Amino acid sequence: MAGKTLYDKLWDAHLVRENEDGSALIYIDRQILHEVTSPQAFEGLRLAGRKPWRIDANLATPDHNVPTTARAGGVDEIADPVSRIQVKTLDANCDDFGIVEFKMNDARQGIVHVVGPEQGMTLPGSTVVCGDSHTSTHGAFGALAHGIGTSEVEHVLATQCLIAKKMKNMLVRVDGELGPGVTAKDVVLHIIGVIGTAGGTGCAIEFGGSAIRSISMEGRMTICNMAIEAGARVGLVAVDDKTIEYFKDRPFSPKGEQWERAVEAWKELVSDEDAQFDHVVEICAEDIKPQVTWGTSPEMVVPVDATVPNPEREADPVKAEGIRRALQYMGLSADQKITDIRLDRVFIGSCTNSRIEDLRAAAEVVKGRKVAPTLKQALVVPGSGLVKAQAEQEGLDKIFIEAGLEWREPGCSMCLAMNPDKLGQGEHCASTSNRNFEGRQGFGGRTHLVSPAMAAAAAIAGHFVDVREMMNQ
Amino acid sequence: MRKFTQHTGIVAPLDRANVDTDMIIPKQFLKSIKRAGFGPNLFDELRYLDEGQPDQDCSGRPLNPDFVLNQPRYAGASVLLARKNFGCGSSREHAPWALDDYGFRAIIAPSFADIFYNNCFKNGLLPIVLSEAQVDQLFQEVEAAEGYQLTVDLERQVVVTPSGEAFAFEVDGFRKHCLLEGLDDIGLTLQHADAIKAYEARRRQEAPWLFDAIHN
Ligand code: SF4
Repeated sequence: MAGKTLYDKLWDAHLVRENEDGSALIYIDRQILHEVTSPQAFEGLRLAGRKPWRIDANLATPDHNVPTTARAGGVDEIADPVSRIQVKTLDANCDDFGIVEFKMNDARQGIVHVVGPEQGMTLPGSTVVCGDSHTSTHGAFGALAHGIGTSEVEHVLATQCLIAKKMKNMLVRVDGELGPGVTAKDVVLHIIGVIGTAGGTGCAIEFGGSAIRSISMEGRMTICNMAIEAGARVGLVAVDDKTIEYFKDRPFSPKGEQWERAVEAWKELVSDEDAQFDHVVEICAEDIKPQVTWGTSPEMVVPVDATVPNPEREADPVKAEGIRRALQYMGLSADQKITDIRLDRVFIGSCTNSRIEDLRAAAEVVKGRKVAPTLKQALVVPGSGLVKAQAEQEGLDKIFIEAGLEWREPGCSMCLAMNPDKLGQGEHCASTSNRNFEGRQGFGGRTHLVSPAMAAAAAIAGHFVDVREMMNQ
Repeated sequence: MRKFTQHTGIVAPLDRANVDTDMIIPKQFLKSIKRAGFGPNLFDELRYLDEGQPDQDCSGRPLNPDFVLNQPRYAGASVLLARKNFGCGSSREHAPWALDDYGFRAIIAPSFADIFYNNCFKNGLLPIVLSEAQVDQLFQEVEAAEGYQLTVDLERQVVVTPSGEAFAFEVDGFRKHCLLEGLDDIGLTLQHADAIKAYEARRRQEAPWLFDAIHN
């Protein structure tokens, strides 16, 4: 019998029962809640007179709607009344049901996908869900993690289980050495460019190979974060020494004798040598350059030294039409150089790239330089209060402020613009987030996805530049 | 949950691939703490020429005449015909809520994004996968005949065109059963409470660190 993939192992370990038709009940170890996708779930529980199955499996924090400017006034001073009600509703629900919540002004508050791992809430070998598609992030730790809808949030609260169907196994192997200035973000954008936004639909993607192993835990999070942008609900990276090291002394990590036992168990969380994958994609690390998206889907991506595609050269008529539509929305012309795209704003943040290493990479580029005067705004939004504190301890905030970037409070911010951080109509933004959909960062806004180093370089130049050239100066 | 057995309705063709959930319901409407009332903001940015705000009366807003749902011939549509990878992006269940609130009962496409597909079933909305060729054919037929209707029969798992041509589709047994009977997932799962408790007891032995760890 063939060996098991990491995904197979995680699935088997959480199987409560299988139904005759192949659907199954799987056990959920952890649920993270935020204000946008939980109110209707709590309301559903109340209406049905149900209680959460296990309080201690849940952690909540508001992130999508919170302002990132000074917020000493607390929730009452959130200017947008609809946002305010949503954050207050989360607070009230968590208080009512006894769920641990890092409230808006708690030092540990932040983006759900930054906070979960940071606290050791996410652990290798656990199942993690959240009403947010980027829950795939947590798979970086060898956890089975995926986004769910609000009905499922309610289902997990009420039963600690999810009705699920086993996905297919896909392996994306990146072998070789990444060049200088090429980051985890470039790796995942390149992968999406190769397999497309539906390339992983129905699959759990395991990212493997020597290049992935060489990437830090934070970089692996960036990669798994965007598995959903390749169509896969689940991204995974096998457990290694780096994974185990990451969880030492986290607040909710196992301690003492349990730590020893956990480490033993975690070491098994790799795909067996002879495991069979349904699909395998091989990528050569040396082929990857810093990436920039030019269109309105993450698969519309090219290396920074390339040009915007020309629909006339696309043989597939549906694709050609897609390119035309995207060019029109983005206000770009075919064959235009990527480095000629002028920017209005820069956003460094989001659950993809707002952790300490991301901020360090951006700070290194802007240090001693000044943001281009043509730029309207360059924002740096740390992923959590703890990331912010760490950055300030390292003096990164000063580097950013001196260079002319704004240093903000933690939250989702301009990743999806539910709070006041938004693009104006027609504005171009170099963004370290994960989605460049129409209107994502503001009505009529034009998003270009890049790595933190590339965003920082673009902030200095006022247009895209190859960060590798700046690094040599 | 509302039952779905058989449905006949006007078809609206949305001829565009990779329609994401941000497009189906833009984020400013996600601030609602309710489940209903999203219909007027379905496809808000495509449908209106101005920028929509939550809790706004949409009746006086300028409509985009080019958008399919604004064309009189598709008024009252309840079957949406779409292209591949429909519903990609954010997991927001507000997307099926908005489609449902608008009046759609079924969506036909060559493929759907996983989370969206799943969310539809939780809300009595039926996502149907047909082949690219079949979807192409339906686009042509809808285009050609005003008032074009399709019948979706879940029991028999077929989509029937006005000429009587029937396209079979797949749907997993459990989901079909729940839709036909209008069953509540949570109630069904709680019938297996003993199995869940047995699993927990075993798991507590194997991986005790996964229990009782999250507290203030
Ligand atoms: S940072 Fe962006 S992608 Fe991540 S959870 Fe927040 S809104 Fe979603």
